[in-house]
Order: sequence, then structure tokens, then C-alpha cells
Amino acid sequence: MEILPTVWFVVIAVLWTGYLVLEGFDLGVGMHLLVSARTETDRRVMLNSIGPVWDGNEVWLVTAGAATFAAFPFWYASLFSALYLPLVAVLLGLIFRAVAIEYRGKGASDRWRRVWTLALGAGSFVAAFGIGALLALTTTGLPLDANGDRVGGPWAWFSPWAIVGGLAVVGFCLVHSSAFLALKTDGPVRVAARRRTVAWTPLAVIPIVVWVVGVQLRHGSIVTWSLVVLAVAALVWGWVAARASCEGQAFAGIALFLVLGVAAIFGASYPVVLPSTLDPAWSLTVATASSSPYTLGVMSWVAAFGVPLVIAYQAWSYWVFRRRISGAHIPEPHAVLPAVRR
Amino acid sequence: MDPLEIARWQFGITTVYHFWLVPLTLGLGPVVAIMQTLWVRTGNEQYLRMTKFWGKLYLINFILGVATGIVQEFQFGMAWSEYSRFVGDVFGAPLAMEGLLAFFFESTFLGLWIFGWSRLPKRMHLAALWIAVAGSLVSAFFIIVANSWMQHPVGVKLVNGHPVMTDIWAVLTNNTALNAWSHTLCGAFCVGGAFLLGIAWYHLWRRRRDGIDTVDATGRVVVGEAPEIPGRDRTDHRVWLSSLRMGAVVAIVAFAGVAITGDAQAKLMFQQQPMKMAAAEAACQTGTSFSVLSLGDVGSADCSNVVGVIEIPGLLSFLANGNMTTTVKGVDALVPEYQAKYGATLPDNPIYGSRAGEAIRYVPIMAVTYWGFRLMILFGALAAFAAAVALWLTRKGTVPGSVWIMRLAILGIQAPFAASAAGWIFTEMGRQPFVVAPNPTPGGIDGVFMYTAAAVSPGVTAGELLFSLIALTLVYGALMVVEVRLMVRYIRGGVVSAMPELAAHDDTPTTPTDRDSDDVLSFAY
Repeated sequence: MEILPTVWFVVIAVLWTGYLVLEGFDLGVGMHLLVSARTETDRRVMLNSIGPVWDGNEVWLVTAGAATFAAFPFWYASLFSALYLPLVAVLLGLIFRAVAIEYRGKGASDRWRRVWTLALGAGSFVAAFGIGALLALTTTGLPLDANGDRVGGPWAWFSPWAIVGGLAVVGFCLVHSSAFLALKTDGPVRVAARRRTVAWTPLAVIPIVVWVVGVQLRHGSIVTWSLVVLAVAALVWGWVAARASCEGQAFAGIALFLVLGVAAIFGASYPVVLPSTLDPAWSLTVATASSSPYTLGVMSWVAAFGVPLVIAYQAWSYWVFRRRISGAHIPEPHAVLPAVRR
Repeated sequence: MDPLEIARWQFGITTVYHFWLVPLTLGLGPVVAIMQTLWVRTGNEQYLRMTKFWGKLYLINFILGVATGIVQEFQFGMAWSEYSRFVGDVFGAPLAMEGLLAFFFESTFLGLWIFGWSRLPKRMHLAALWIAVAGSLVSAFFIIVANSWMQHPVGVKLVNGHPVMTDIWAVLTNNTALNAWSHTLCGAFCVGGAFLLGIAWYHLWRRRRDGIDTVDATGRVVVGEAPEIPGRDRTDHRVWLSSLRMGAVVAIVAFAGVAITGDAQAKLMFQQQPMKMAAAEAACQTGTSFSVLSLGDVGSADCSNVVGVIEIPGLLSFLANGNMTTTVKGVDALVPEYQAKYGATLPDNPIYGSRAGEAIRYVPIMAVTYWGFRLMILFGALAAFAAAVALWLTRKGTVPGSVWIMRLAILGIQAPFAASAAGWIFTEMGRQPFVVAPNPTPGGIDGVFMYTAAAVSPGVTAGELLFSLIALTLVYGALMVVEVRLMVRYIRGGVVSAMPELAAHDDTPTTPTDRDSDDVLSFAY
């Protein structure tokens, strides 16, 4: 076992976990804004619950991508080029989502808001689905040749696992964000979110469980199977807490479920980072896909310094914005009119 | 259809677009931070209004830069997988550092700033903005470190034909990167300055047009107020006059910086990528003269059509070496050198596809390098000149009443933007046919290079690339329209568009400072 590539495999897993736990509720809130919210006030309450933090959360994705480039260039190159079309969709989804958050409140007309609500909801859905497909396929395999290039044309990446992974992340985002809204808002949004967490969780986590168990059946060990058991236990804890209206515990339980689930998936996949479905000998592993020891060493220092610092100040920003948001906090929209004498 | 050409167009379009947004973020951020610092230190209402108004425009622009930045990062792996495999050991590191050490700061602390007006103590709120702004400047540094490695590939040794990083410090202190970073930042400050100037000019003009401000017999301003228009009080005049002067000074000082760093940059480039600079000059023959104007087909590869019309003897040599006599090699002399060093044809390697064995064109498209270089300088100088004129015209406290000069001031906002774009198009197109350029000069790094033709993803089809090229271009175009319209609406609204409280209760400064109040959010989406 090579130490540094393994360390970096763990770092990448941590970055993806951080992304899913944090952006999970941002993307889910985006979807709920479109499908679950009843009134304009509800929508604004939901949107402002993620307002100060969503951009910082998205950087986990940027960093996960860049760290994969730096530490495992062959993994990054093969995975991203093989999934060309799904990633175009993810990028467009993220663009629409980001712009919608910022621009939605800057126009006064109903049509303006409807359009951006649609962009926000659809963009969040597409991004979540595509990221899920990417993560599932990097654990279940792609048709790659000896050079790591996709064989078979633009859609050759498709397998049922893409759907399972896509639904897994979408389902997780929906319940995770419900738990988040129950914890971070007040009034009707909170009540509805609490109810949804209880009602949707058993159904919404099915795809993620299928994915986790599917990976275990192929490569699972006693360690990763125990992680699965712990993940399910965390989920049950979260669900029971949600029923008992313990919002903090419900959120923690669902988040812990994801952390342990991702750990079980990455743990079982190790040391393979991207299997080739054509020939196992062409699969990329932590050893064959990684950068040189010098680069990994440099990056280890950067990560050892940077990751805890990021976690610290992001945690602080959550502390600053710890207050629950309710309709009473939402200012009236104001029209922007030209400052001219008529 | 050629995947390589489509992938290049896509990278070009998305990058130029992204860099239409980024300079404003880089240039406006520090200015807004200075305005807020002045407010915190003096308590003067005028600076609060400036912070709010320019901060609002900053954010409208910022978000599109963020949204299009992710495309840049993902694109390397998606469309340029062979490039990513080749350079990953050294190129990925600055990108990851950008994320961990800069972009996280920028995004998290900007969120704290946007929503923190009533949640954070005044000074901590100001610090949040400074940290976010510093994050954006450091972010630019890491990205330019990555780009500069493609121009001057330092800090590596070749192992099995692949560059392997041996010295991160050399990569981070690459002289090309330090120069390009300072040059880019100065250019961005120029953009920020012109933006302030043009928009502030519009408002001062609007105040005169609406009869709020008038001028006396000596041309000196007589400031008035319009109670029926929210925000159009006496302070409003000071907001725009200060913004205008601040913008003009920033643009002029930044342009001086642009010239100094640009000169250093050019001298480096003559050493590192002589072909790029020869092409920038359409310098076909070796010599010392600088071409002010060359006629003929500067795009022709063999130089046969290029005729120097106006040339300044010695100037080219001065630009390259600091003296008037040392000759600078022209394209005609460089091509055989490149051919001798790197071969006349692309190697017979499957990686080049149908291009294997094709003759290599070592001369970049001269029409682009020649005019890109000149437009960059022209637009930059134009902006600085206009800023100086603007300072003179507003010395008596307001702008001339002419609607045409106002329109010129608004149009002038685009000049430094165009200069930035032209500069980047020049330096990136001038690097061709290489994606990682060798430095074929004595003491240069000439073993590490990659042809652009080898960099594209082998498994990705032309159809996929064409789809994404069209989709991204359409979406980017539509979003540009939305952004500009939104900007225009907020600009025309004046300060009150960013401070609705001004409309509510006349001119009592309203800045909630009690942190734990359960009031309405000071800002909400």
C-alpha cells in the first residue's frame, strides 16, 4: 500500500462528502422551492436559509475537482472526458442555479420570479442528478480502453448505475434539505419540512441504499459492511428523531448516514478509483492514476493546513447565521425605478 | 468536423467570456472595500452609500463570474484529457491551491459580507469584505501561476516524457507568473476605475439634466436637491463626484502600472517565446525597428506580403532588450530554429490522429497577435487618457451638460475590458501551435512542451463538443443580456436601488448595528 496516494484517496473522499453534506441541502432547497413551497414568502424563507452559505458550499465541488486533477490526473481526465455530456448538463444546471439565487429577488414581476424559480429548481435537480451519476459510475465502472479513454461514443457511459446514482443524490438532497429547513426556519415552512422529513425519508433513501449495497456486494469487506450497518443505524436514529420533532438530531442523523454511506462506498472501491468495464487490467487505481510523490507531498501540506482552516471558518459562518429564518424576517420586495425627474 | 477546432473555440469563447466578468470583480472589489473602510473610519454617510451602491453592482457581476468559473476548471478534464494527463502532476496543484487557499475564503466571506450587515460588528463586517477581496486577488494569482506554467514550464523534470514537478517554489515564483499577475491586476483596476468613472458621470449628468445641479457664471457647480426623487439629495452629489474622481485616479495609476508591468512582461516574452513577440510585431526580418503600422497580409505565414509602413528604428530592440542596437530575431529566422529543435512535422503518433505527419505551423496567426497586441495597448491608453480628461472636465464639481460626452463616458467603460480581452487573446493565440510552450533560447526550458493538437480528449466526439459549444454559447449569451439589463436597471436607479431605506425615511442614516435584533433581514434574496 502506498501511503500518499491512499491519503489522497481519503482526502478526495472527504471533499466529496463535504460537498454532498453541505451542497446537499442547498440543491435540495432549490428543488423544494420549485415543488414544495406554497407561497412566495415560503420560497423566500427557504432561499434565505441557504443565502449566506450556498456559495461557500459550492466551492467543495470546485476543490474536489481540482484536488482530483492535482492528485489523480488520470482519474480526473478519464472520468471527466468519459462523462462529457452529463457534465455539460451539470455545469449548465449549476450556472442556472447560481444565477437564479442571485437574480431571482432582483426583479419585481411575477413572471421574472417564476422563470428564476424554475431555473433554480431544475438547475439544482440536474446538478444533483449528474453529480450522483458521476459518483456512481466512478465506483461501478466505465467502458475505458488502455489509455483511459471512453470507447463506444457519446452515450457509452450509460448504465443503470447512472440512474441509481442520480436518484440517490436527488433523494438524499430532498430529505437532507427537509431536515435542514426544519432546523433553520420557523413558521409554516418549518412545520411542512418536519412533516416531509418523516414522510419522504423511507422512500427517498432507497436508491442510495441500492448503490451502497451494490458496491458492497462486489468488493465489500467486513469493515465496509460494518460502515453500512452504522449508516443505516444513523438513518434510523435521524428518522426517529424527526418523528419526535428533534430537528437537530434528525439533521445530524441524516448527515451521518451520508458520511458513513460514502465512506462505505469509497472504502469498498479502494484501491480502484475508476474501473474499466472492458478489461479489469485497464482500471485506474490509486497507484496508477496518482501524481508523483513530490506533488502529493506538497499537496498534503496544503490540505493539512487548508482543510481544517476551511472547516473552521465555514463553521463560524454557520454560527453567525444560526438564527432561524421566518416570514417575519423577509423584507418587502422593492421596485428599482430610474432616479429621474419626470 | 474537427474536434480540436471545436474544443479550441469552446475554450476561447468560455475563457474570454469568463474574463469579461473577472476583471470587474478583481478591480471593483478593492475599491468597494476602501469605500467601506472610509465609512467605518469617518462615519460619513456618503461612503456608506458608495459602498452599498457599488457593492450591489459588484455582486450582480460576481455571481456570473463564479458560475462560469466552474466551466473553466471542468473543461480541462472534459475536453482536454490528454493535456490533463500530460501536465496533471504540476498543473493541478495551483488549481487545487486556488480552491483551498483562495476561493473558499472568497465565497465564504463574501456570504458573510452580503448577509452580515446587521449580524456582525462593524469592523468584523469590514474585515469579511477585505478577506473576500484578498481571496479573489490570491485566486487570480494561482490561476495565473497555472497559465504561466504553460508559457514558461519551470520546476519540472521529464520522466518517461512527462513533466514531473520537482520544485513547487519555482512554479509559484515563476517570473512569468509574477509579471502576468501584476499586469493582469493593474489591467483589472483599470477596468474598475473606468466602470466607476462612466457610471458616476451618468449620474452627475442626470442631476444636471434634471435641473438639480446647476453651474454658476464661472462654471462652478451649484448643488441642489430633488425631494421628490428618493436619494437625490446633496449627499448624492458627493457620492457621484467622489466615485468619479476615485475611478479616474484608479484608472490612471493602474494604467501606469499596466505600462510598467507590460514592459517587463514583453522583455520576458522576447526571451521565453521569441516567436510570439515576433508575431506580435509582424517582424518578419531580424532587426531593431518597431512597426507602428504594417500593411499587407499580416496573417500570411510566410511573411512575403507584410510591408512595414511606419517603423521606428531601434524601438523594438529597446522594448526587448532595453537598448537601441541589439537585433531582435524575426519570424524568418525563428522558423528554421524551431524546425531544427522540434521538427518540421508532427510525430507519427496515434495521439495526433489524422494530423500525424502534418507540417507544423510555428508562426501564430499573425493578424491576431499583431492586432491583439496593438488593440490591447490602444484601448488601455485610451482609457487612461479619457480618465485624465475626465478629471480636468470635472474640476469645477460636476460634468458638462452634453449628452454626447456622457455617452462617451459610458462607452469608455468598455475600453479597458476590451484591452484585457485583447491581451489574453494575444498571449494565448500567440502561444500556438503549443499548449505548453517551449522556451527555445539559451538558458531557457526547451525540453518541456506539448502541441495543442495532442491535447484534446481522444474519446470525445466532435458532436459532443459541438453540442456543448452551442449550448454554452447560447446560455452565456442569454445570461449576458440578463446581467447587462439588470446592471442598467440598478445603475439608473441610483443609490436608492441598493439602499431602499433611503426611500422610506428621508436621509436619516439607517444602519442597524444591534447584532442580535430579531428584525427584518437587512438584505434578503
